[in-house]
Amino acid sequence: MSQEDALSASGVGHGFAGVRVLDDIEIRVPRGSVLAILGPSGGGKTTLLHILGGLLAPDAGRVERPFERPAFVFQDPLLLPWRTARGNVAFGLAGTRLVRADRLSRARSMLVKVGLGHGDAGLYPHQLSGGMKKRVSLARALAVEPDLLLLDEAFSALDVGLSREMQQLVRLDAQERGVTIVLVTHDLSEAVRLADEAIVLSGRPGRIVARLSIERPARLRDDAFVEAEIRRIAAIEAIRDAFRPTLSI
Amino acid sequence: MANNFWRGHVGGGERLWAALGLAAVVALWEIGHRAYGNFVLPSPLSTLTALGHVAASGDLWPAVVTTARDALSGFLVATLVGSLLGGIAGRSMPVRAMLQPIATMLIGVPAIAWVVLSLLWFGGSGLAATFSVAVAVGPVVFAAATQGARTVDGGLRTMARAFRVPLGAMIADVYLPHVLSYLLPALGTALAMSWKVAVMAELLSGAGGIGDGLAAARAEVDTAKTMAWVIVVVALLLVVDRLVIEPVRRYFETWRRGLPGEVA
Repeated sequence: MSQEDALSASGVGHGFAGVRVLDDIEIRVPRGSVLAILGPSGGGKTTLLHILGGLLAPDAGRVERPFERPAFVFQDPLLLPWRTARGNVAFGLAGTRLVRADRLSRARSMLVKVGLGHGDAGLYPHQLSGGMKKRVSLARALAVEPDLLLLDEAFSALDVGLSREMQQLVRLDAQERGVTIVLVTHDLSEAVRLADEAIVLSGRPGRIVARLSIERPARLRDDAFVEAEIRRIAAIEAIRDAFRPTLSI
Repeated sequence: MANNFWRGHVGGGERLWAALGLAAVVALWEIGHRAYGNFVLPSPLSTLTALGHVAASGDLWPAVVTTARDALSGFLVATLVGSLLGGIAGRSMPVRAMLQPIATMLIGVPAIAWVVLSLLWFGGSGLAATFSVAVAVGPVVFAAATQGARTVDGGLRTMARAFRVPLGAMIADVYLPHVLSYLLPALGTALAMSWKVAVMAELLSGAGGIGDGLAAARAEVDTAKTMAWVIVVVALLLVVDRLVIEPVRRYFETWRRGLPGEVA
C-alpha cells in the first residue's frame, strides 16, 4: 500500500483556546474513495475537515495530502454578496489558467447541472433561497474539477428530493473522475448512500469511537439497502452513545 | 380621484419633493430679506444679479477652475494615501496601533490651523491649499478604510483561501467591494469638506479662487456678492457629487438593490 496515494492523518489533535476538540485521529482515505465523518454536533467534525483540507494546521500529528485541486463546500454557503450566482462559481476558478470568458461559461454550465437555470445565474445571493445558495456553493466546488472534495453538511439545507439529486450528482462526478471525497454529516442516510467508509467521532474531545465500512458499490444501494444499513449501524453501541442526545430509535 | 391626483403630481417623483424643499428655502430667504433689508440679507434676485455681474466681469470662471484644482488635488491625495494606509492598517494590528492615534490627532487639529500653517510653510503658492485639504481630509478617509478592511468577513477569506484564489482576485473580489461600502460614503463627506477647506485656504492666501473672491466681496462690504460666491461653491459641490461620486456609488452598489432595508 503506497502512502502517497491516499489522504491520511496520523495522531492528529487540535484545540481552541485550551479546549481539546480533536484527539489522536488516525485516518486513511485511498484515492477515489469516499469517507464520511459522523458524530454529534460540536464534536470537531468541521475542524477535522478543515485540517484534512489544509485550511487549519493541527496542533499535533501529521497530514499527508497528495492532491492538486482540493475544493470545499462549507456548512454556510459563503458566497460573495456582491457577485451573481455565476460570478460566485467563476470566482472558485480564479486560481486556474482559464480566461474570464471560459470561467464564466464553465460556471454557467455547472449551475445548470445543479438545477439553476440561466435566469437564476444572474441573481445575487440575497435574491436566492437557502437551498439555491447551497447549490451555488456546490457548483463552485464541482467547477474546479477537484481531485479532493471536502463536503461540510453540503446537502443539509435541501429538501429530501433535491438532496438525493445532489448526492447523485456528486457521486457520478466522483466516480467518473476518481475524486476522493470526505464528507461531514449528521445524517446517517447520507453517509450510507455515498460513503465507502465512515468514522464516528465522540463528543468533546472528538475521538474515533467506531469505524464502519459499507461494502456494496454506491450505485447499487437502493432504499431498502440504505434503510437496513441505517438500522444495523444505529444498533452499534458506540454509535448509540455518540448520538444519544440526537438519535431516538 | 383625488388620491390619484396626489400620487401622480406629488407622490410620484423624488425630484418633485426635492424641488419643493429647495423652493421652501428660497421662500424663507425672500421672507428674511423682507424682514431684515438689503444689507443683512439681499434678496434671491439681487444675489442672482450679483452673480451675473461676477460672471460678466470674467472673474467667475478662473476662480472656479482654481478652487476646483485646489479642492480636487487635495482630495485625490487624501483618497490615495488615506485608503492605502487605511487598508494596510485594517489588516495589520501593529500598523493600526501605530497610525490610528496619529489619525485621531490629525482629525482634532482645526482645519483653519492647517491653513495658517501651510501658508507659513508654502507661502502664497497653490500648494498651500492642496496641502491643507489633504491633511484635513486624509484622516477621515483613513478611518473609513481602516474600519472597512478590518471587518472583512473571515468566512469569505477562508473560502477564498480554500479555492487557492490568487492575491489579485482576493483583493478585487473579497476585500475591495466590502471596503468600498465603508469608503464611498466617507468619500462623499470628504469631498464636501475639501471644498470648504480649499475656499478657506484661498480666502487667507489671496492666490485666487472662490475664497479670494469672497475676501474681495468682504472688503467691499458687498453682501450680495458674498452670497453669490457661496452659491457658486454649493453648485460646484453638488455638480461634482452628482456627476462623479453618485455614479461611482451606484456602479459599485448594484448588488445591493433589493436587499432588505435598501430602497430599490
